[in-house]
Amino acid sequence: MIPIAEIKQDIESKFLGTTLTVDGASLVIAKEHWFSIAKYLKTDPSYRLDFLSSVTGVDYKEYLEVVYHLYSIEKKEGPLAIKVRTDVQTSSVPSVTPIWRSAEFQEREAYDLVGIKFEGHPDLRRILMWEGFQFHPLRKDYVMEDQDRVL
Amino acid sequence: MGLLRFPPPVTADPPFCLADARNDRQVAMEYELKESQTLETQTLEVSLGPQHPSTHGVFRMDVVLDGETIMKLKPVMGYLHRNHEKLAENMSWLGSMPFTDRLDYICSMTNNFAYALAVEKLANLEVPERAQYIRVIMAELTRLVNHTLLIGFLLNDLGAFFTPVLYAFREREKILDLFEAIAGSRMMCNYFRFGGVKLDVTSDFIPRVRQIINNYPKFLDEFEKLLSENEILMARCQNVGILPKELAVSAGVTGPMLRASGVPYDIRKIDGYSIYNRFKFRVPIGEKGDVYDRYYMRVLEMRESIKILDQAIKEIPDGEFISKVGAQGARTPRGFKAPKGDAYGRIEAPKGELGFYLVSDGTPKPYRYHVRSPSFINLTILEDMCLGQKVADAIVILGSIDIVLGEVDR
Repeated sequence: MIPIAEIKQDIESKFLGTTLTVDGASLVIAKEHWFSIAKYLKTDPSYRLDFLSSVTGVDYKEYLEVVYHLYSIEKKEGPLAIKVRTDVQTSSVPSVTPIWRSAEFQEREAYDLVGIKFEGHPDLRRILMWEGFQFHPLRKDYVMEDQDRVL
Repeated sequence: MGLLRFPPPVTADPPFCLADARNDRQVAMEYELKESQTLETQTLEVSLGPQHPSTHGVFRMDVVLDGETIMKLKPVMGYLHRNHEKLAENMSWLGSMPFTDRLDYICSMTNNFAYALAVEKLANLEVPERAQYIRVIMAELTRLVNHTLLIGFLLNDLGAFFTPVLYAFREREKILDLFEAIAGSRMMCNYFRFGGVKLDVTSDFIPRVRQIINNYPKFLDEFEKLLSENEILMARCQNVGILPKELAVSAGVTGPMLRASGVPYDIRKIDGYSIYNRFKFRVPIGEKGDVYDRYYMRVLEMRESIKILDQAIKEIPDGEFISKVGAQGARTPRGFKAPKGDAYGRIEAPKGELGFYLVSDGTPKPYRYHVRSPSFINLTILEDMCLGQKVADAIVILGSIDIVLGEVDR
């Protein structure tokens, strides 16, 4: 796998006007550029990240984050972890389902449990909780019945 | 004054000859043809499940049918949802180890394995040599259990009602007996700890595994003799539910299903996690990606698993079964803290890629705990495989995906 600093430089040179940050072993990408960068990462012969393994949302209270783990089956490389952040009010991120089908159910799950809207998803409905359920259980402000239980 | 029970006999039958019959048939056919050209047909919406034995649990498929052909299929899930992730975020790191058993309740050992691996990656824990071998042996035994059972239930879906399952259960029992002797439980093993395993194996463990290794190929031969060349199985499974290579990769399908479509991708080989890079085994791949290939992939994988087991029990060293740090963590689970950061650990579970994405904020509880379960993601392309097939084939296709609802719904 290409070192993450080089990937950052390469993407910044190909997509002018975007700045990436490296967070540990993952790349943080601005959501405005994420869809086109995703397409690039899948098709470009030096990456060929054709396998989107995992998509999930994390609630960091100040912002929400979607975490993608990408692998290349063709080149047998990976993972490349990508984080896309959004503020809690809009809580929307472009959907990558048109690029990788494996995001279809996982984005629905992240929408259901964390409350992130994926723009451009073909069928964004709740998947695990029932329709009409009001809340997103994996948000940190979700009140549970036994919230005051001490560990 | 006799009671009249029957109508009086018809005195004269109308004359009837073969030519008349032919003529009648001709008229009927012409009528049918005319009707079928003008007849308006309706599609039928059927809710397959959730209380249907062929759905392997509580899973529902909303199907639109034209006659018997599937025009549309939407999987509906969540009946077994208990928000495993939220529960895990509210307890200590080790506290959710028993809950991982309940994800894919057929293969509790591999679920433990994936979780332990992810936490070890996050906290940089060492695992002693002996524990690594025990883990691999347990994981491969679990693979035998899972694949044997899957083949049994696939045949159940085909209508071979419970005979193959009975043979499968007979063999599975022998492995479960072994699990019980080692971990104290047959299905909910809760056997792995961060940095090792809960208990050392008993002295009769190696001979018992050897016995399984010696007997299993005979059982597989017997099973295959019964099934692989079976005409009904071939007729029902070949060219049914074909999954093309490109779609399989794009849809994130993993495990035997991906390999049946002809993609040689086995995480045991690619990542070489734990000590898998030390063993010699082959990765079988299919040609067409139909149900038959998926069935056969499992048989071949079991044979490779036996090879791994054989090598593992020959090489297993003496020594610690859990590291010092790990043993301390297991004694005081609420004192165990992972350093700040995130990690994604994945293994080749019997059903596909099982991954855990963990985020730690340095407290005794995980900040975020996500399970990437193979059953759930492999269901994404269920509709694509079923469109244009018959209802009875949809049941078989679902069976060949190999889902466990504990893992789909989490």
